[in-house]
Amino acid sequence: MKKNTEKRNLLSIEVLGIILGLIWIAPFYLMIVNAFKTKREIFSGVLGLPETLNLDNFVQAFIDLEFLKSLFNSVLITGVSIVIIILFSSMAGYALARNKSKLSGVLFLIFVAAMLIPFQSVMIPLVSIFGQANMLNAAGLIFMYLGFGCSLSIFLYHGAMTGVSKTMDEAAIIDGANRFQLFWYIIFPLLKPISVTVGILNTIWIWNDYLLPSLVLSEANATIPLKMFFFFGQYTKQWHLALAGLTIAIIPVIIGYFFAQKQIIKGVSEGAVK
Amino acid sequence: MHNRNIWFWLFLTPVILGLGLVVVVPFIYGFIFSFTDWNGITATKFVGLQHYINLFQEDEFMASIWFTVKFAIITVILLNIMGLGLALLVTRNIKTNNLLRTVFFMPNLIGGLILGFIWQFIFVSVFEDIGMLLGVESLTGWLSTTSTGFWGLVILTAWQMAGYIMIIYIAYLENIPKDLIEAAKIDGANGFQRFKNITFPLVAPAFTVSMFLTLSMAFKIYDQNLSLTNGGPFNSTQMVAMEIVRTAFSDQQMAFAQAKAVIFFFIVAVIALTQVYYNKKREVEM
Repeated sequence: MKKNTEKRNLLSIEVLGIILGLIWIAPFYLMIVNAFKTKREIFSGVLGLPETLNLDNFVQAFIDLEFLKSLFNSVLITGVSIVIIILFSSMAGYALARNKSKLSGVLFLIFVAAMLIPFQSVMIPLVSIFGQANMLNAAGLIFMYLGFGCSLSIFLYHGAMTGVSKTMDEAAIIDGANRFQLFWYIIFPLLKPISVTVGILNTIWIWNDYLLPSLVLSEANATIPLKMFFFFGQYTKQWHLALAGLTIAIIPVIIGYFFAQKQIIKGVSEGAVK
Repeated sequence: MHNRNIWFWLFLTPVILGLGLVVVVPFIYGFIFSFTDWNGITATKFVGLQHYINLFQEDEFMASIWFTVKFAIITVILLNIMGLGLALLVTRNIKTNNLLRTVFFMPNLIGGLILGFIWQFIFVSVFEDIGMLLGVESLTGWLSTTSTGFWGLVILTAWQMAGYIMIIYIAYLENIPKDLIEAAKIDGANGFQRFKNITFPLVAPAFTVSMFLTLSMAFKIYDQNLSLTNGGPFNSTQMVAMEIVRTAFSDQQMAFAQAKAVIFFFIVAVIALTQVYYNKKREVEM
């Protein structure tokens, strides 16, 4: 008797969950459905299905977004930034965790405290300084991502180092390894789980970042969000093309999410709770 | 200096340069120039607190602060209710719980700029059509008034970030020992009593974490603001971050914008430090 009520409860929770899930994806559904419509069809109603599965909008949006080029720019900038952030932050986290001096403690505190500074508070001088040094380009942007991304990353690596025994260091040094070999061959592989977390957290942010690239990059080097902004401005009131462009822009993220779902949710959870 | 210190500095050089040139130097530089007539390149004289006095008298800036505060309070409450609700839902023993987690979390991975454009379509076209179909007038004309712009931003943010807050609550909910719940069941506690006396107290720390997290996220929102309402109508839905960007790069008042950016820093820092304080206090109590 009791089992039955419990089963019924679970079933109603399941139904509620599914309804909420459908509401959650409704915006994406409406975007895709309307991206197939002609301008006239959208004008006469956005709730129905398209008359035909016409790909014209997608073809034009793909061309106007210069999608392959924007995708390449996004992949390049995000990819290089992530590699640099992982490499340099793990080295720093290791050095700060192993050196117990007062100076080391102060440096760590500065890195953590820098997380308090919102982007808008340094944005204007940053652009001015990098502009005067002729560094408002992709290389400058990647360097800026290192500066903004290293704090949280060092914090996470520093925390993970407590699980790496110091005897590792001593054994390797006795065997004649130098610090770089020791770090690269012994410590870094042990930090792999946290490297995945650091990589995921920084990818989500850098891939989607709009404001910083908009201040640093020219339109010729635009990443996907930046190009999307120009594209959208060009097609206000032409929802059929705008929606096709938005759909295309989202596809790389959905593919990434499909393959790395577990790691992404785990990484985000670790990054937030710590 | 002996060998030990050389490698220490070698390992730290890249990030010291990175943080130094990108965050620390611009931060100090900006703070100093907020007291001058800096135009983005050079400054000719000190103006003292003039920019700070002006910004408190500027309606547009003060309006953006109030708008942001209102927005932050409402989204923080909403996000925590939704995040906890979704977390309770997907930690039950239902078949779809993994699929639902994936779905609820998905908007977080897509940039605020793109999501804002999608919701612009939803609010302007889809709401309009639903409103006409059902004869509900309040669904038409969204984003064309201050209040629909405000609620549009709230809905977008809640939809985007609830999945993120859900993940935080899940982490805490899954740490609750199962035998505690079982023991309470055997003792005859009903669902509500179990939630009130076991689940809620054990999940309370998650509330502090996510409350401050959402509060600082809400204060720093820019992309969604830009793509959904673009501050309109008549700059009435402009949040602090956008107001600063515009003062700097549209109005070209660099020093004045920087003074606003300094105030913005203090607001965000106070929120974050309060969180650190509460977390430390809680850890001591535990």
